[in-house]
Amino acid sequence: MAKEIKLMKGNEAIAEGAIRCGCDGYFGYPITPQSEILEYLTAENPYPKTGMVVLQAESETASINMVYGGAALGKRVMTTSSSPGISLMQEGLSYIAGAELPALVVNVVRGGPGLGTIQPSQADYFQTVKGGGHGDYRLITLAPASVQEMYDFVELGFDLAFKYRNPVMLLSDGVIGQVMEKVEVGEYKPRWTNEYIAKTYPWALVGKPESRGHNIITSLQLDPVVQEKVNHKLQAKYKVCEENEVRYETFQTEDAEILLVAYGSSARICQKVVQLGREAGIKVGLLRPITLWPFPKKPLLELSKQVKSILTVEMSAGQMIEDVKLAVECKVPVQHYGRFGGMIPTPTEIFEVLKTL
Amino acid sequence: MTREEIIKPENLVYSKTKVLTDTVMHYCPGCGHGTTHRLVAEVIDEMGIQSETLGVAPVGCAVLAYNYFDVDIAEAAHGRAPALATAMKRLRPEKFVFTYQGDGDLAAIGTGETIHACNRGENITIIFVNNGIYGMTGGQMAPTTLEGMVTATSPYGREQQFNGHPLKITELVAQLPGTYYVTRQAVYTPALVRRAKKAIRQAFEYQKLNKGVTFVEIVSNCNSGWKMSPVKANEWLEENMLPFYPLGDLKVPEKE
Repeated sequence: MAKEIKLMKGNEAIAEGAIRCGCDGYFGYPITPQSEILEYLTAENPYPKTGMVVLQAESETASINMVYGGAALGKRVMTTSSSPGISLMQEGLSYIAGAELPALVVNVVRGGPGLGTIQPSQADYFQTVKGGGHGDYRLITLAPASVQEMYDFVELGFDLAFKYRNPVMLLSDGVIGQVMEKVEVGEYKPRWTNEYIAKTYPWALVGKPESRGHNIITSLQLDPVVQEKVNHKLQAKYKVCEENEVRYETFQTEDAEILLVAYGSSARICQKVVQLGREAGIKVGLLRPITLWPFPKKPLLELSKQVKSILTVEMSAGQMIEDVKLAVECKVPVQHYGRFGGMIPTPTEIFEVLKTL
Repeated sequence: MTREEIIKPENLVYSKTKVLTDTVMHYCPGCGHGTTHRLVAEVIDEMGIQSETLGVAPVGCAVLAYNYFDVDIAEAAHGRAPALATAMKRLRPEKFVFTYQGDGDLAAIGTGETIHACNRGENITIIFVNNGIYGMTGGQMAPTTLEGMVTATSPYGREQQFNGHPLKITELVAQLPGTYYVTRQAVYTPALVRRAKKAIRQAFEYQKLNKGVTFVEIVSNCNSGWKMSPVKANEWLEENMLPFYPLGDLKVPEKE
């Protein structure tokens, strides 16, 4: 069958990816720069076709708790928002992580702090990978750098969420959300049947049959001895995830003496910087983390033995740089270049910084 | 009669409903939660819908309700039970979905979720236990605390000018077109228990019609938080709570 190619915004690709991968429910609240997701879904109206529920909630707080409720049933449910809305969801994310439920959350990041700006940013890195809510938990974090990845990572996000019974965050930004690119879309996949869920996910709330005790979804353990065990179990799970789910991409690093590290739209910009550098005779390469948690520590440590210096480029005041420094164990100097508050760096300004290294 | 004779099935006049687990309840002696739990469980049992019921527990005194109701059940964040229940019912519309919440949970931190679930007309049942106080955290003032009532955070009595008015959330949700059946009950006398059970049964039966939220408030006591004996607390409830929170139906379906 011929490939189906569409020209779409990143936000629309999220919505299309959700419908086509067999998502059961979307619960969201409008916020710029990602409102197209909810608009696209309500216009497509997938319920009569696939049974996918699309509901506009009264707040981001309600959205994430609707996701919590849906996830408790073993359903593939998601929400999307942008930075201020994601801040409101942190309580719910902590509960979902604590209750070990699979869920997908998309953050199309905008500039902050506070109401900030509606322009693109990457300043929610700390909130996402260091745990924005309370307690020791992790979000599996995927950072799409193209509209195609916005589409692809919806299904990948659900797969990882159910594999690890853990919430997954797609950390995008206003550039990737708003830009239009070609997308190769996949086949429509059917939603899981209730019978399949009951059989495959024995923890799911499906209605207690005579044959088993009641299923409970909770993050509460009043006994600290038990709560510590719960935390050990979570940490063991995160360790397995760190061993198996690191994703990254390298670009002209084979002979690189200077390494750029950037994710999302910053990585796209840095591809051009690598080209400019190479044309000027600078041996520069790029490592793009695709998973921000788990972070690609090992490949960075390997490359640190080869390169003379590292430059992280982020649309923030410097957040991921901390993880890069930890990964390379201070074996090489690591510097940061960032624009923030909604500003996007140009390849030439990064190239100017590159020349000083 | 010896114990052996009493427990013979033919001599049994009363036993634990099967929709309650064997877990020992943590509720204080004299508290209305135990009775209310039992009524909800009996209704689920008598309707034969145990395998078709999904519950949502709150934060507050009933936080451990999930250990007692023998149904598949989730524990929500404080106030968010109606949001969970919304998604659960939308994704499994053939199930019976109920939340069990206290007044701090439902009428303070969860006001938004309560109002909007009710206004959307979600086909869920909300069991709302109102004892006018935050019981679990040690008896602090709730939005439902009566004027002049002494609590841990209104030690000189609730002052209207300073703390505002007690919130009649049940009257509020009854105004919303998305609610189908709204009633206020109590469980401190046997007659009232029987009436409350009928109301809870009605609320679950109406869920089959898919006509909106069915909402049952139980005006209850908190003898620990109120710092009264159970008997005294029930007297106080009758003398003080009921004049402000009068029992009866606030909204019943129009005859078709």
